[in-house]
Parts: sequence; C-alpha cells; structure tokens
Amino acid sequence: MKALCWMGITEVSVEKVPDPAILSPRDAIVQVTSTAICGSDLHLYDGYLPAMRKGDILGHEFMGEVVEVGPEVRNLKVGDRVVVPFPIACGACNACERQLFSLCENSNPNAALAEKLQGHATAGIFGYSHLTGGFAGGQAEYVRVPFADVGPLKIEDDLTDEQVLFLTDILPTGWMGAEMCDIKPGDTVAVWGAGPVGQFAVASAYLLGADRVVAIDRFEYRLAIARKYGAETLNYEDVDILEALRDMTGGRGPDACIDAVGMEAHSAIPAIQAYDRTKQALRQETERPHALREAILSVRNAGTVSVVGVYGGFMDKFPIGSVMNRSITIKTGQCHVHRYLRPLLEHVRSGAIDPTNVITHRMRLADAPKGYRIFRDKQDECNKIVLTP
Amino acid sequence: MAASDNGRLDGLTRFLGWSSLGLGVAQLAAPHRVARLAGVDDSATAPLVIRAVGGRELIHAAGLLGSDRHRAWAKTRVAGDALDLAVLAYALNGRDGDRRRRAKAATAAVAGIAALDVYAAIRASKVRGDTKRQSLHASVTINRPPAEVYAFWRDFTNLPAFMAHLESVETLGGFRSRWTAKAPAGRTVTWEAELVDDSPNRLVAWRSLPGATVPNSGRVRFVEAPGGRGTEVHVEMEYEIPAGKLGAVVARLFGEEPEQQVRDDLRRCKQVLETGDVVVSDGTPDGIKARRTLAQRPARPETVGSAR
Repeated sequence: MKALCWMGITEVSVEKVPDPAILSPRDAIVQVTSTAICGSDLHLYDGYLPAMRKGDILGHEFMGEVVEVGPEVRNLKVGDRVVVPFPIACGACNACERQLFSLCENSNPNAALAEKLQGHATAGIFGYSHLTGGFAGGQAEYVRVPFADVGPLKIEDDLTDEQVLFLTDILPTGWMGAEMCDIKPGDTVAVWGAGPVGQFAVASAYLLGADRVVAIDRFEYRLAIARKYGAETLNYEDVDILEALRDMTGGRGPDACIDAVGMEAHSAIPAIQAYDRTKQALRQETERPHALREAILSVRNAGTVSVVGVYGGFMDKFPIGSVMNRSITIKTGQCHVHRYLRPLLEHVRSGAIDPTNVITHRMRLADAPKGYRIFRDKQDECNKIVLTP
Repeated sequence: MAASDNGRLDGLTRFLGWSSLGLGVAQLAAPHRVARLAGVDDSATAPLVIRAVGGRELIHAAGLLGSDRHRAWAKTRVAGDALDLAVLAYALNGRDGDRRRRAKAATAAVAGIAALDVYAAIRASKVRGDTKRQSLHASVTINRPPAEVYAFWRDFTNLPAFMAHLESVETLGGFRSRWTAKAPAGRTVTWEAELVDDSPNRLVAWRSLPGATVPNSGRVRFVEAPGGRGTEVHVEMEYEIPAGKLGAVVARLFGEEPEQQVRDDLRRCKQVLETGDVVVSDGTPDGIKARRTLAQRPARPETVGSAR
C-alpha cells in the first residue's frame, strides 16, 4: 500500500510499504477513505517531538471502511463505515473506566520510555512517535486499528466523510477545550490560535453557553473562519492582547482562556520570539510557550486556563506567581475523544456545528508532502487539508 | 527504585573521593600555594605540573563518587600515587633546607594516602570475587479483583505469558516447580524452586532450591487497591549473580536493568489480565521491551501483511 512516511525533519514522502495485518484478536483493518493533516503533525514534521524513526507512517485523523476484523471484534463487520479516535484505548483499565481514554494504561507499548520523560505514561496514539507507542498512522491506504471493539464509531447515515472526519480529533479537541472552561452564563472566553482546533473551540464555547468568544491569531484567513463560527477576533500583530482583552471585559479579563496553539507559538514582540526560538533551537526548552504565558496573564482572577495545544516537554519562564496568587485553574489533556463521539455526531447531524467550514484544501494522498509544506508555511491560506488515498 | 548491590559507596571510598576533589580543586585554583607547601615554589614548571595533577585528581573524584564502578576507580588512585611519589622523589633530590623539609612532609602525606589507596584497591578486588547479591522491587495496579489476580499468578504455568525471559514453568508437585529461562545464543537456564508461602488472594513467596544458577527468592503481594481500583501487585526479589564468566552470561540474560524488566513484565501482566493479550504496535511487534525502545522498528507494518 501507499503511506505517508516521516523520513527526517521537514522531510516526508509517500512510500510503498507492506499492508497491515491483524496482530491481535481485537484488531480491525480499515481501508482509509479520508484522512487529514493535523496541526500537531507539524510538530513531528518540524522535529519538535522526540522519538521518531525514519519510515514512521504519520496521521491520526482518519476514517474509512472496515475490510477485516479479528475474531474478538463483534461490534464491527466488514463493510462498516467508521471514524477512528486518535488515542488508542483498551476500554478496561482504570483510566478507560473513568472515560480518560487518552490516558489508557495498556495501549502504549513504550510506556516505560514515556514514563522516563513525563513521570507516568499516556495512551498509544496512531502515527504520533514512538513515545506514544510506535503505531503506524492513518495517512495511508490501510490502517491496523487495535482495540477496534472500543474505539471506532460506526457512521450509519448519509453524512459525508468531510462532515464526520474531524470527530477523530480536532472537533472533540476543540470541544474539550471549551468544556474544561466550565462555562457559566455571561462568560467571555478567549481562544489563542484560530486554527481548526481554535475554530472548533469557538463554536463549542457558544454551544456550551458562552456569552462572547474572542479568537486570537495573526492570520486573517484563520480569523475569518473563526468569525464564521461567531467569534470576535483580535490580530496580535495589530493590538496588544492583554490590553484589548481588558478593554473588552471592563478590566476583568476573560473568564476562561483556551490555549489552542501549543509548543510552536509566535510572539509579536521580536525580543520574546527571539528568546524562545533560541532556547528551543539550543534544546534549552522544548516549547515556545508564548500563547500559554499570555493566556495565564490575561485570564481574570480565579479564572480557568484550558490547554489543548500540544506541548512536548519543558517550558521556560512559566508565570507561576500569577497562577498561584490569582487562584487560576489550569486544565489540560490530550482529548479523550471516545467520550465525545456520539454527542458531537448529534451536533453535526442537527447542524449545530458545520465542521466543513474549516476545510480549505483537498488533495490526493500522493500530494501530501506538498500539503505538509504549504500547511506549515501558511501558504495559499491553508487552514485544513483533507487527503484521499 | 534503583537496583541496589553490595557495592554501595562506603565510608573509605567516599573519603578518598572527597579528598581527590578537595586536592584537585586546590591544585587547579592555587597551584602556587600548593607549590610552596610542597617546597617546589622555586621551580618554573611546578605550577604547570601541579595543575595537571589537579585535573587528574578531579577525574579520580568523579570516578570514585559518580561512577557505578567506583571499586575499579580505587585502583586508578594507586597508579596516581606512584606517579606523585616519583615526582616528589625527583623534587627531594635537588633541594635542601626549609624547602627539603616541606617536600619531605608532602611526600609523607602522599605515602600515607597511598597506603589507604592500596588497602582500598586490595579490598575492592576481594569483593569482586564474591557473588553479587541484588534486590529489586516493582509494582503495578491491575483493574481486577485480588482473587482473580492471585489465581492467575498462583498458576505458575501462566507466568511465561507475560514474563519475557521465561520459556516455561512446570509444576512438579509438592510445592515444587521447574523454571526454564531463555539465555543468549539460543541456550536455556533451568532451575527448581519451591513455594515457601501461599496465602490465598494475598501472597505468593518462593525460593530457588540448591543448585540454581542464579539463587533467587521473592514474594508477590496482592493488595486490594482503595476505592475499587482493583489490585496492587507488589513484587520483591532477591537474587545472586554468580562471579566470573557465568555471572556475565546471567547479567546479559537479565539485561542491564533487571528492575525495568520486572516492571515491563508487570505491565504485560496488566495487559493480559485487563485486555486479554499483550499489546503490540508496528514499532514494537513483540510488545513492551523497555531496553529495546531505542532500537525499535519504524511504525509501519512488517512484511507479513497480504497485498491488497
């Protein structure tokens, strides 16, 4: 089969690789009909997340048709159309029982490695480095799906691939970002990063009862999509964000702030950008956490900062004084996708959220290397790329 | 949670290590003062030699205090002492008066330390001839009731399903069992063990019978985890690595981090009991093996898949 493989930093190529096979009785093989490039794939592409091997198949947002099932997969049959959550979860451990699927205690065979870096291990993830298990990803023609009796959601109506594909990651990730804000009537929510996750966080915050949602980015085309979901927008290259947010909230600050940026943030202040870029390049810190620092400083006293942007290791100049003295709550996590699949499918079906607004590019899998390039370089107003094998 | 052996940093090793550190720092920072103390402050090259010796002392210190093989480092100090005494003898030769007196005092001090170093080195080589007694412990929480987890462990024939280096366990009756482990180069190691304690749902303890290549004993405790979290499994083991060639083979068998291997085993045990199988990925077709994580395959299917 053909698959998009990581061949080195900023080097991906479509390679001919062996087809996957059933390795465990709870596996299924899915023939991919649609897959997408995620902003978090760019962290792997740019080499900011460790434990990649030359030849790893990338991709954790994919859906398709079941073509083979293991003997213990009784909920699926050949021919079923499924979307597959990006975290791999066993459904039986303590974490899965508590619906914390991205913290599954069994699905990461490299748990010991992750433990050394992070203290405790997290779940396996498709196509997302050996730190999360070394699982082949979904930017391919076929994927082996472990614990297929737990993860995949069957799509039984006529919703298109583009309407349901983002249930695999970015729609529930944006939703969880908003849900962690514990939104109350009258709340203002500010979202750093108006990429697809931030855009979905905007839509989700409104559905969860926010009064106002403010999206922050520097690219007008991304802010324009956030406005489609109802956001007021701020371009941080034009305004001072702390001041603008104070002005918009009568000096209080937003009730909750969502960091949908993660480790490769940019700052409008050249000195700060240069500081974090240099430290990151010298491996003195793994993150460029400008958005997170700003979100913390912006949120109102006793507010909540919700972090769904991806971080890999250690950050510098963390404003713990602001967090502690101002009673700030930080909530975070890789999305526990499984728990949001059905409720969000209902929101898509009812039309409350139209996920297709985020798509700007459609390509063949063979053109994925070009897709990575234009997505990373923000060329051609590239917001979200859907690939078809 | 580090594996401990009887080569712990003892008082003498620590004293010698800190002496090296102190001396090294003084020689590097104030070579002229040291030169005066040793009575060689009339030599132009002395500060240079003293600085070089200071650098060497710091290497001794790092080896004695920082390395796992501090016993081997004790020997390097003896070599260093011999060198220092030779240099001092040369210095004594060409000096008289107060300088000669100071050089004599320095020589006496170095000779005293050399005696300590020789003692430490001889003692170290004696210890190396003994077996190495090791202990380790590891634990995991399994989301199953204690009765089920205990029953799974109590049937020793289940153990090879999750203990990576075990090939088989046969029960021999009368609390005895025969264990076969995989050794390098396709060989196996076999030993017999007896159950020494068995409290249903709480504890299993064993000890190897005389004649085992690696005498070992241990216990597995099963404790109900609070709030319905299942069962905590606590493993404690003691084992003796024999000296010599055999010990090297056994050390390879157990890997460099035996405790990590037991933790891996416990993880696999959790996977088998909670999910029914050992979890594998394309990068880890054999499942968990922490010591292989840095050499694992790329995350793509192996060539076993049928072409579609």
